[in-house]
Amino acid sequence: MTAKLSLRGVRKRFDDHEVCKGIDLDIAEGEMVCLIGASGSGKSTLLRCMNLLEPIDDGSIWLDGTDISEPGLDPQPVRQQIGIVFQSYNLFPHMTAAENVMLAPRRVRGLSREDLRPRVTQLFTRFGLGERMDHYPDQLSGGQQQRVAIIRALAMEPQIMLFDEITSALDPELVGEVLDVLRDLRKQGMTMVLATHEMGFARELADKVCFLDAGRILEQGPPETLFSNPSEPRTKAFLARVL
Amino acid sequence: MDETSLQKGVAERSATTPTRREVYEAGIRRRSNRIALISTVSVVLALFVLVPLAPGWEAVQRAFFNGRVFTATFPGLLEAFLLNVMIFAWSAPLIAITGLAIALCRDARAPALFPLRLFGIAYTDIFRGLPVVLVIYIIGFGIPGLGLPRPWNSPYIWGTLALVLVYSAYVAEVIRSGIDSIHHSQRAAAASLGLSDRDTMRYVVLPQAIRNVVPANMNLFIALQKDVALLSFIGPVEIFRQAGVYKSLYANFTPYVGAALIFLALTIPATRYADYLMNKQNKART
Repeated sequence: MTAKLSLRGVRKRFDDHEVCKGIDLDIAEGEMVCLIGASGSGKSTLLRCMNLLEPIDDGSIWLDGTDISEPGLDPQPVRQQIGIVFQSYNLFPHMTAAENVMLAPRRVRGLSREDLRPRVTQLFTRFGLGERMDHYPDQLSGGQQQRVAIIRALAMEPQIMLFDEITSALDPELVGEVLDVLRDLRKQGMTMVLATHEMGFARELADKVCFLDAGRILEQGPPETLFSNPSEPRTKAFLARVL
Repeated sequence: MDETSLQKGVAERSATTPTRREVYEAGIRRRSNRIALISTVSVVLALFVLVPLAPGWEAVQRAFFNGRVFTATFPGLLEAFLLNVMIFAWSAPLIAITGLAIALCRDARAPALFPLRLFGIAYTDIFRGLPVVLVIYIIGFGIPGLGLPRPWNSPYIWGTLALVLVYSAYVAEVIRSGIDSIHHSQRAAAASLGLSDRDTMRYVVLPQAIRNVVPANMNLFIALQKDVALLSFIGPVEIFRQAGVYKSLYANFTPYVGAALIFLALTIPATRYADYLMNKQNKART
């Protein structure tokens, strides 16, 4: 198997509402995949299934050729390899930005603050937050908080990063600084999956765009094809609404 | 309507002259203050004029507000109150620790820990369902009745245990409500970083939960300060008991009023502070 992460016939239901109705998807190493589609089409749930925050009901998920969707499998090692960033940042409000970032490496990897400080400082500086490390989340703007959330996920050195509509809660003038971080990661060759409404961004950087509709991937392909020449009428209708 | 009447509302004025709305609101405020003053003065006057007119007033005044008895007993009451403060001081940390432990028991999810969870539920149900004084009687008289050697027959030990049992059940419930109030997205964020359930609780959920319930717990500890007086039923001569001794000695109830004043001197500032914390928190949330 060549794909880094593969989904086969993934199904997920909440009570009697089926949110993912059999999803097949391959993500190659270093690839950036964008999931687009209306709210409620299953993008977020699919991402949460990928790092086992939600157990799937049927189908399978493969990471480097290993089935990680096996019921009873310990999810923690998988989550260390697949980081996720949420729409609402979900920073820990009672810790400074630096403490937010260092918590998981300290507790999970057993590293000390002294071990971590140089690398964490370097990450903050790289994303333009060198001055903000010791601020609390509520002292930061939305864009800064979201960048801290990205740094927090990166500090675990994951092989894949998932981004769940990470610019949707931001004021328009703050979206750019977060997208710049994604561009930077893209350049580094990070494997990424994004649920996004930023069509311009998806078009500019994605290797593959998937259009989700009612829990299914209705259409997928390179952005040029999907955006300029969609084959499904529903894709056309969606793009006409958002572009 | 001509131009001049349209201009009336925006008549030329400097920054210091009030707007029409400010003038109107100042008028309303003056009126409310006047009414509040008149009504307060009438009530106070009625109290001071009418109560002394009651047939038994002189007897009550002698029995409850006797200046001589007050000055004679107040220092002794203050000294006895030190015992209340001491009992409170060693009970409070024990209650905090036990309450936290019980709250965590009730939150235990692993099947092997089910007995612990059951215990937590039974504990809070039982001790929240009993009057404090009953628990003090049962434990305070019951356990020393086993014929334990000194110091294990001390009413201080068993009285403290009774307070700890009852109050930690309340504290546990308050802490649990704090744990429930932490949005599940915080747990999701911790889980997504590979943190274990235990670390998630310890480093992410609990610190926020405890902070959220500080004002509610303050109120519980104010109640505890008052309930320490109940230990007098099983022996310790704290302020309530001491006041009773003085009452018999002087055949006068004034020592009780003195004791009440001492309690209020402590509980009113503490209550105000708890309210202040609560308000601050409500403001921070909105």
